[in-house]
Amino acid sequence: MERVPILKIGPTLFVSIQIDLQDESVLALQEDLAERLVATGAHGVIIDITAVEIVDSFIGRMLTVIGSISRLFDAETVIVGMRPAVAITLTELGLSLSGVRTALNAEKGLEILNGKS
Amino acid sequence: MEVGATRGRMAVYLRDNQDKVIGRWSELVVAGVRGRTSYDEVQRELSEIYALVVRVLADADEHAAGELRATLDELSRTRARDGFTPSETAQAVFSLKEAVYELVADSADLVPEYLAFSRLVDDLGLRTFEAYSAAREQIISDQSTAMMELSTPVVRLWDGIIAVPLVGTLDSARTQLVMEKLLDELVTAGASHAVIDITGVATVDTEVAQHLLKTVSAARLLGAECTISGIRPQVAQTIVSLGIEFGDIATKATLADALALALRQAGLKVVPQ
Repeated sequence: MERVPILKIGPTLFVSIQIDLQDESVLALQEDLAERLVATGAHGVIIDITAVEIVDSFIGRMLTVIGSISRLFDAETVIVGMRPAVAITLTELGLSLSGVRTALNAEKGLEILNGKS
Repeated sequence: MEVGATRGRMAVYLRDNQDKVIGRWSELVVAGVRGRTSYDEVQRELSEIYALVVRVLADADEHAAGELRATLDELSRTRARDGFTPSETAQAVFSLKEAVYELVADSADLVPEYLAFSRLVDDLGLRTFEAYSAAREQIISDQSTAMMELSTPVVRLWDGIIAVPLVGTLDSARTQLVMEKLLDELVTAGASHAVIDITGVATVDTEVAQHLLKTVSAARLLGAECTISGIRPQVAQTIVSLGIEFGDIATKATLADALALALRQAGLKVVPQ
């Protein structure tokens, strides 16, 4: 199983998903992220999904769950770099990713997090 | 074997009377098209078809049937594009029977030959009909594609603010196209605001509203905010009476208002000089 690396940049955790997401790697990412949030006390999470071309309802829900987990640690989640096709799929699935914020790219995502703090 | 011989005899007969038949055939066709093509042009087209018909009847070579079909398809396509009706197109082929009949009417011994020939011409007539409708359908689908492309421009209003002026009727296919173009443009332009202007949309029903809502939520997933502008009084009344809720999506009366809102959200201010 491939694991997704979590990078710490200042008060922000940066997760860039570069692999085809399998259900196990998604669950592992949730656990790893929760642990890292506790260990670092980060106040923001940026999840970069530029490389993700295919999503299903499970992955869509996973993004919402990650948002809820982060909020428990007082950290805000920003999803960045979503492809138009992915956005259309999620909308058709009826998932609006409530509870997480979105930005066009990592730079704008950082601006959102910095604007908050 | 008997059928082959009959067709062969008809081929010889047609070849012998070539000039007479083509002349009469052309006259009949020209009378039918009421001056939309010249006699010479018709004669040239028909001579080509006539030669191929003779070759098919004579069973001379295996390419003749294919060539004849291709020539007829081409003729039907041209006719379809020039605005001839399907009956006029098919009539052009069926007049061949009439032209030949006038010649063979007196000689009773050619009846089986004429019947075989007549069957072939019937097939050709149906063939033109098929080609004609295929050509028409092609024209229609080309036009609708052209209209689709024409009708969905995405324009840049400001750095980071784009707009889609929608004109005409919104159906599922068009909204899908609009949605894809808008989202692509948001990403390529790196825009964080989009204005969907529906001034030119005549009617908004629940389906159209549903499509608009989907577009807005897809844009939100990308991290861009959408404003809907250009809602006309009648449209507003319809929306309210249908009970459509736009939720927390900002709606404005004019494109100018929407632009002002987008500028404000982007932290920009327009001041008089």
